[in-house]
Amino acid sequence: MQNEQQNTEKIAVSGFLIILGFLIILLRLWQLQILQGSEMRKASETNRLRIIGVPAPRGIIFDRNNLPLVKNAPYFCASVVPQEFNQNNISDLAQLFGIPVADLYDRITQKAASPFIPVRIKEGLTFSEVSYIEARRSDFPGLLIEVETSRDYIYGNVGSHLIGYLGKLNPRQSKDPSFRDVPSEAFIGQWGAEKLYDTTLRGTAGQRIIEVDAVGREIRLLEETPPVKGADIVLSIDIAVQKEAEKAFEGRAGAFVALRPETGEVLGLISSPSFDPNKFAKGISFDDWQALMEDKKLPMLNRAIQSQYPPGSTFKIMTALAALEERAVDTNTKFDCKGGLNYGKWRFGCWQKKGHGVISIHRALVESCDVFFYETGKRVGFDKVAEYAEKFGLGSETGVSLGNEKKGLIPSSLWKLQTKKTQWFLGETFINSIGQGYVSTTPIQLAVMMSAIANSGRVYRPTLLRNEPPTLVRTVNVRPETLEIVREALQGVVNEPGGTGGAARSIMTTVAGKTGTAQVVGIKKDSKYLAERFRDHAWFVSFAPVEHPEIALSVFVEHGGHGGSAAAPIAKKAIEAYLLPLDKKKELLSVQH
Amino acid sequence: MFNIDRRLIRNFDWITFAVIIALSFMGILTIFSATRQPGEDPQAMFYMKQVVWLLISICALIIVVSFDYIWLARTALAFYITGILLLVFVLISGRTGMGAQRWISIGFFSFQPSEFFRLIFVIMLAGYYSSRRESLDTFALIRVFLIIVLLPFVLLFKQPDLGTAVVVLLLFAAISLAHGLHKKLLITLLFIGMVSLPFVSNILWTGLKDYQKNRLIAFIDPQVDPSGIGYHINQSKIAIGSGEFSGKGFLKGTQGPFRFLPEKHTDFIFAVYAEERGFLGSLFLLFLYLVLILRGLDTARKAKDEFGRLLALGIAFMFSIYFFVNIGMTLGIMPVVGIPLPFMSYGGTALLSNFISAGILINVRTRRFSLFY
Repeated sequence: MQNEQQNTEKIAVSGFLIILGFLIILLRLWQLQILQGSEMRKASETNRLRIIGVPAPRGIIFDRNNLPLVKNAPYFCASVVPQEFNQNNISDLAQLFGIPVADLYDRITQKAASPFIPVRIKEGLTFSEVSYIEARRSDFPGLLIEVETSRDYIYGNVGSHLIGYLGKLNPRQSKDPSFRDVPSEAFIGQWGAEKLYDTTLRGTAGQRIIEVDAVGREIRLLEETPPVKGADIVLSIDIAVQKEAEKAFEGRAGAFVALRPETGEVLGLISSPSFDPNKFAKGISFDDWQALMEDKKLPMLNRAIQSQYPPGSTFKIMTALAALEERAVDTNTKFDCKGGLNYGKWRFGCWQKKGHGVISIHRALVESCDVFFYETGKRVGFDKVAEYAEKFGLGSETGVSLGNEKKGLIPSSLWKLQTKKTQWFLGETFINSIGQGYVSTTPIQLAVMMSAIANSGRVYRPTLLRNEPPTLVRTVNVRPETLEIVREALQGVVNEPGGTGGAARSIMTTVAGKTGTAQVVGIKKDSKYLAERFRDHAWFVSFAPVEHPEIALSVFVEHGGHGGSAAAPIAKKAIEAYLLPLDKKKELLSVQH
Repeated sequence: MFNIDRRLIRNFDWITFAVIIALSFMGILTIFSATRQPGEDPQAMFYMKQVVWLLISICALIIVVSFDYIWLARTALAFYITGILLLVFVLISGRTGMGAQRWISIGFFSFQPSEFFRLIFVIMLAGYYSSRRESLDTFALIRVFLIIVLLPFVLLFKQPDLGTAVVVLLLFAAISLAHGLHKKLLITLLFIGMVSLPFVSNILWTGLKDYQKNRLIAFIDPQVDPSGIGYHINQSKIAIGSGEFSGKGFLKGTQGPFRFLPEKHTDFIFAVYAEERGFLGSLFLLFLYLVLILRGLDTARKAKDEFGRLLALGIAFMFSIYFFVNIGMTLGIMPVVGIPLPFMSYGGTALLSNFISAGILINVRTRRFSLFY
């Protein structure tokens, strides 16, 4: 019986211990499910929910004839999900992508934000790389190919300074609150129209809230906000003009700006040498970037708005216009050019050593006689010339919405007194009157000037969109007779025998223009035999057709030599391309680009 | 031996039977939920297999109840030797799964001998102790340990099936205590145990496989290795906790189907259950297990002989150990030792073995009156 008693006691003790154990479990359940319940619920939600941004297709950029200039292109990236990745594969993977093992290891293990979020290991894969990797995916669990949208720039280099390019957010932009909505891996416009109209083109990224399993595989779509495609934009440029002009530069450094006189729309804008925007859109390599930045020819400089050079003889248009308008000269005024002009101990030469003889304003512009304009400048006074030049848009920003535009300089006696603390000398009137000396302009300013000459003195702000309402900056009050005289002379420059701009003569239309040569060094020699860096810069400004101007332009060729031989042919090509019917333009464009 | 007479039915332990049937049903539903593939049809394989195994197990239980458990005392040794041989066999030619050799394939199904061995071990110890009525002294205990315990322990440890090996040791201790030890021995054992703990643990530590070591490390600090074993414990805690008071609802759990939980339909089935049924459902489940275990102890108290008493106690202890180690693991208050939750976890061999164990409990209770025959 004693034994019986003991046994019952032992069982009772066991029962007591077991009930105690149940109580402990009950307490633990209370702690997890009641006390920490909501916290744990949240943890289980974040476990399974992922918010994935869906990039919006970017708006397409068209030229003024609705020809697409860009295509959206997939941009492939290889990523690794650290949680799924087998560390034993790391050296094979590093070899596959040509990345140092230590670097890869660091990125997958040390720097990974979460074991479930893919870590980028290589961007901008080519199609062949993608297919190579796809074929080997099964060897590398956790390796995935992600796709983003980037751009294909159909015409490559052509007009790259204006069209611009896409790039990843730079460190400064990632901190900028205005880019808060942009996913960190996304491409945004970083240059040109792509940057300028980025918010329009960008669209609104969509969102997918998905349920995932422990290895991040998508299980179910819970909510989807589809992306809204960015709006297309129609640029004012004519890609045929761009392409023909670009080709005509033949790799020489320089700039080209074409405007529509009626509205100020930019029909073409080139800075040569240009760069390939596709390199940026494919994730430019450090070496390529370095090469672009260190290139002596400065491909990243937008010469069309940033180069400031003496306008040379193209400035004679302003001198002539000012003198006629101020009645300092008229069509009957004649000067005798003996190949130069002596003033005190100095001699101011004409480019034509043997002289032009007795010459009036028409032939003086046609043959670009320097002596005539020394005299004319002296008569009207350079301050008056400067006044007109400024009214026509020289010496100040044109206001085109491409960044970092330079002002150039139109000097005056006041300006000289303020900055140089000396008075203006007559010799300075002479050289500035023919566009040398202090006076300097940008290619786009000269295009604006020509546009205003073609359009009865109306100065427009150059605009980049086809449908943008024109912004009239001012109308310069010039008597129609004055304009008529100048325009006729400019027509003569191209079309009359002995005109300096004969190279721009076209059978398609009547071209008006003016050549210019900006001296690089004081000595005037036949620049053909000079080392290139001592050669003069060549200018040509033009509009056409003379009867009803549809295009006004300026061409600048750095160290090109004479404006007539280096710059005028480019203008002719651009004008002819612009005046072609659309189907002919397409034909032109279909030739290998 | 197989005739079922009316008294047998009248005295049948319906409570235990009802509890294990209820647990098995809840187990099948939870397996159904845990193995469903999001967006796909549930994997019929798992829960249908378990249904088939349940039917087999119920038949086995009826057979076990129908004969007098006394017969087990006579055949214990034969069972034991067979069990040992199977453990040896599984070591030599068993199928490897998850880094351990635990399965024997017979035709198209495979079973784990260790799942049966734990029951055979209880029967063997109960049989042995009941044949010697006196309390155990030091030599007797060491003898029992050397003869009955050491060999299977080593074999299980080698597989390695750490869970069952530990269960065997715990059962040995519990049943020996229940049988009775000399007071002197008891005190000595406690003393020796405390002194030798560091050495034994050191030896055990070096004998452990890496994944077993990781489990122990992760138990001590789950944050050390959030994507390894500690990750599993954390995910299990998140699953249970996120059930809150009333649960997410049947088939609404996310931790299991989305693979955040490892072994969701086997060792971590409670986490899946608790996520969907919440605190209330867990309370109900706890209540069923408590009834099962206390009923087992009561059966032991009422058993007509020492063999029946030790048998019932041993089985009740076995259920308790499995329950506490498993639930404790999913709740993060015990190290991760891979043992299933009785009646609920997926696994045919375990279910069959548990039903046979329960059958023995019912058998002992049904035949508690000496005047039965």
